[in-house]
Amino acid sequence: MRNLLIFITKYNAFFLFLIFEISALIIYVKYNAFQKASFINSSNEVTGKLYTQVNGLYEYMSLKAVNDSLAHENANLRNQLKSSFYIDTIAKHKIADTVFKIQYEYTPAKVINNSFNRAYNYITINRGSLDGIAVGMGVISSAGIVGKVVNVTPHMANVQSMLNKYSRFSVMLANNKEIGSIQWTDDLDPHKAVLVDVSTNAQPKIGEAVLTSGYSLFPEGIIVGRVSNLRAKGGGMEITLAVDFSKLQYVNVVDNKFQKEQDAIEALQKKDDQDNTR
Amino acid sequence: MIRTILVNFIRFVLLVFIQVFLLKNITLYNLATPYLYILFIMLLPFDTPNLLLFVLAFVMGLTIDAFYDTPGLHAAACVVLALVRILFISITVQKEGFDNEPEPTLSIMGFRWFFTYALTLTLFHHFFLFNLEVFRISDIQYTLSRFVLSSLFTVFLMLVIGLLFFRKKERK
Repeated sequence: MRNLLIFITKYNAFFLFLIFEISALIIYVKYNAFQKASFINSSNEVTGKLYTQVNGLYEYMSLKAVNDSLAHENANLRNQLKSSFYIDTIAKHKIADTVFKIQYEYTPAKVINNSFNRAYNYITINRGSLDGIAVGMGVISSAGIVGKVVNVTPHMANVQSMLNKYSRFSVMLANNKEIGSIQWTDDLDPHKAVLVDVSTNAQPKIGEAVLTSGYSLFPEGIIVGRVSNLRAKGGGMEITLAVDFSKLQYVNVVDNKFQKEQDAIEALQKKDDQDNTR
Repeated sequence: MIRTILVNFIRFVLLVFIQVFLLKNITLYNLATPYLYILFIMLLPFDTPNLLLFVLAFVMGLTIDAFYDTPGLHAAACVVLALVRILFISITVQKEGFDNEPEPTLSIMGFRWFFTYALTLTLFHHFFLFNLEVFRISDIQYTLSRFVLSSLFTVFLMLVIGLLFFRKKERK
């Protein structure tokens, strides 16, 4: 008996090994053969909770893809908005015909290059002529107007930003629909613009919204900014722009389906004017 | 003493986290899967009593099993690892040297000894683990290649970690 105890203590590692190995194997065979819910598996409260936490982290990492799909969805929804349809009720018909025809179509795009601290700023977007983008189309973001397309390649387009000395868009005051045009300030502040050519009997208020007029590339009523100062330095009114150009990420390109027709008829009129003055 | 317990506890938690949330998702060519968590058992101090060593190995194995949904599998492999560790240390290290060499880390024991130690223990652990997991002789070729490549991957990671936490010998 004493010899046996000495033997066991001398080789205690081996006996401990036997005990633990056998218990591990018993657990292994028992729980894996029957695959029953046991107290050691991931439905266990602690491990389950940990997995939920880590899954939250993984979801955060896939936010980029989710954002992309949401931008697409937004553009699709905009396409279905009533305001992007042109009401084609023809007066000759006596029936109140409400067939809609799409006037504005939106294409989502991602800003891949952007500048806002030069005198002539341009934005590059990741959509081009293959996606239906053409020179002269307007570009808006969810916050307001951004600029217009000036160059296209098959996969890219160059947008002349609102923050560009050449940019000039037709806008109106929200309350009394007085028309004016907006251009960038001389002091190159990326948050400000000036509203000029407003008729003198307009009575603008500070904080009043400035919207697109519908005479430009954009659908009517898209916000441009708010009046922040009635007398700017170089004349006109100072506008605080609605879009933060330094944080621009996703934009929508507006395709006005009637732009060509409008251009053609206006060209015709100009020609007539010239003929008359001669 | 308290410090040793604390360090080993932190090491336990960290290695489980790394194993379960990072390395579980890593598999090279469906062959090499690292099981870095065994580093915990390998780095326990030399003077750990055998009983405690087996208990810790068993608990470590069961913890990993809880996350891998394979109750008993890793525990069994870890117990084998503990036995191999005891045998390896009793053969290669002098009992008298324990006082100034408390832990079998890379910085204390030197590269040659640690590499042999890590390789031997990992090979035993992985051999047992993969064969117990498959539990068949028919896929022996695939199992063996998985075993060899995974062992190399694991040892590589161990050496990387050993070098990351490398401290110069504090000999008086």
